[in-house]
Amino acid sequence: MDYSQFLAMKQEIGLLIVFLLVFLYDTFMPRRSLRALPGFAAVLMLVLTVGDILCSCMHSTSVTAFAGMYETSAVISAIKNVLNVGVFIVLIQSVKWANSEPMEYRRGEFYELLLVTLFGMYLMISARHFLLFIIGLEAASLPLAAMVALDKNRYESHEAAVKYMLTAVFSSAVFMMGLSFVYGLTGSLYFENIYFALTNQFSFMLVMAVAFVIAGIGFKLSLVPFHLWTADVYQGAPTSVTSYLSVISKGAAAFAFLVILAQVFGSVYSRVWEWMLYALIILTITIGNLFAIRQRNMKRFLAFSSVSQAGYIMLGVIAFNTMGVAAMIYYILVYVFSNLAAFGVIGAIENATGKVSMEDYRGLYKTNPRLSFAMMLAMFSLAGIPPFAGFFSKFFIFTSALNQESTAIYVLVLIALINTIISLYYYLLVVKAMFISEDDCQIAWFRSSCTERLGMWIAVAGILLLGIVSCVYNHLLDISSVSGLAAYFV
Amino acid sequence: MEITAIYYLIPSLIMFCCGVYGFITRKNMIAMLISLELMLNAVDVNFVVFNRFLFPEQMEGMFFTLFAIAIAAAETALAIAIIINIFRATKNVDVRGLNEMKF
Repeated sequence: MDYSQFLAMKQEIGLLIVFLLVFLYDTFMPRRSLRALPGFAAVLMLVLTVGDILCSCMHSTSVTAFAGMYETSAVISAIKNVLNVGVFIVLIQSVKWANSEPMEYRRGEFYELLLVTLFGMYLMISARHFLLFIIGLEAASLPLAAMVALDKNRYESHEAAVKYMLTAVFSSAVFMMGLSFVYGLTGSLYFENIYFALTNQFSFMLVMAVAFVIAGIGFKLSLVPFHLWTADVYQGAPTSVTSYLSVISKGAAAFAFLVILAQVFGSVYSRVWEWMLYALIILTITIGNLFAIRQRNMKRFLAFSSVSQAGYIMLGVIAFNTMGVAAMIYYILVYVFSNLAAFGVIGAIENATGKVSMEDYRGLYKTNPRLSFAMMLAMFSLAGIPPFAGFFSKFFIFTSALNQESTAIYVLVLIALINTIISLYYYLLVVKAMFISEDDCQIAWFRSSCTERLGMWIAVAGILLLGIVSCVYNHLLDISSVSGLAAYFV
Repeated sequence: MEITAIYYLIPSLIMFCCGVYGFITRKNMIAMLISLELMLNAVDVNFVVFNRFLFPEQMEGMFFTLFAIAIAAAETALAIAIIINIFRATKNVDVRGLNEMKF
């Protein structure tokens, strides 16, 4: 065996080193210096992120390793960099929570589990063989269940963990059943071999296989009708875990979904899965929006908002062209910043006062103007109001879908547009509660910790700048049109 | 009588359907976990049978099964740990009791 193949996995190895350093620090350093662990992890993550971005800027060729089981290219390192940026923001936002009293003995576990799940997501994105993919998928979802249960003294945390765990195992069983059908049809688990074996094939078993695979990943992405765990888990989990779950886990699963649908089932696009995804997108966007309207808990509210955002991300998959890939990565990047800004504010308020209900946010502007301003920008960006980044990401993803030029897609984009207006209503409900309500605010003035403020500043800067700095999107478009994925779009 | 692939595939399909049915109808969390285990084992049987009868020249399905068994064990261990936490908190493993958060 040629051991130099491991050099292709630069990003994975970097992440593994970060994990080992955090683990060794947690194990061997004296107890009193453990309060520095969150900062240590954040700094290491920053170094990794910057290093990876520089590395992928200098040279980015497509490399495959381990007999084609593993692949990396410019697009793949781009999505990994997006995840890294998100994880860095999550890490600095979680410092105060990790150093709080009840977390004292479990501080290290949060960071170790988080880095392991990120490693699993890397494998999921890079895998070109279903065995590696399953290992990545499980490594990404099992430790997350432990992270959801981390808040041992709160009953909701356990309840959320049970709900997450049972649905995660159920979905992976369904997913693997679909895989066994695919294996029976084609005799291989390599993405490439399956793609060629499926050309010109059509059978009931194939439809079942694709439906099972879509259902399995649909659970991870919380597409309707597989979304029922989302709101409960988001509400019960500690806020730092929720923010990680809603952006990083969702972004990685979305890209892996795109890779599977294009590189494995790409040859049966119009025959088998286009209409399935079509129905899923309409259901996801509409039901996510309608349920978000009636939520009063901020974390549940953002859970349903993230369900409908997942529907918008899927527009980049159904577009089935290189612009769709670029628009999807860009959407995930913008979504990372907007959602983390919102979760940063929620986390800061929860850490200081323990309040998460929308009623408590009434008149927040009078007591905490900066926090409410950050929240307003996040809501505007999620709703897609120009000139914030959210508008441009929605614009690009709609444009990429419209390139398909079929009446069905036009109708789909029209439905998505109407839903944007509905979503504007409930996002503005939060803004109205903060700025216009005349009541006296339940939340007194407080000063959030400097790490929380840093996290919010980065997220807000992302919201403001990403829409204006056009080189980001242009770069994504350039690399996705030369990527290996481009060959699969017809 | 010759034993063909279908003699293995029908029981595995029935096993999978039993697992889904059990997961939906059982009220005890441990029983739900057993149902999940049935589903995962049906997948394993499927892979082995396809490998043995349809593609015997390569061992891909067998290897996948080995990994799937290990993953299923990890899943069960973690799920049991979480269910024990719930039991400590409520002295109960009835899934109907988990209704603090809904809608």
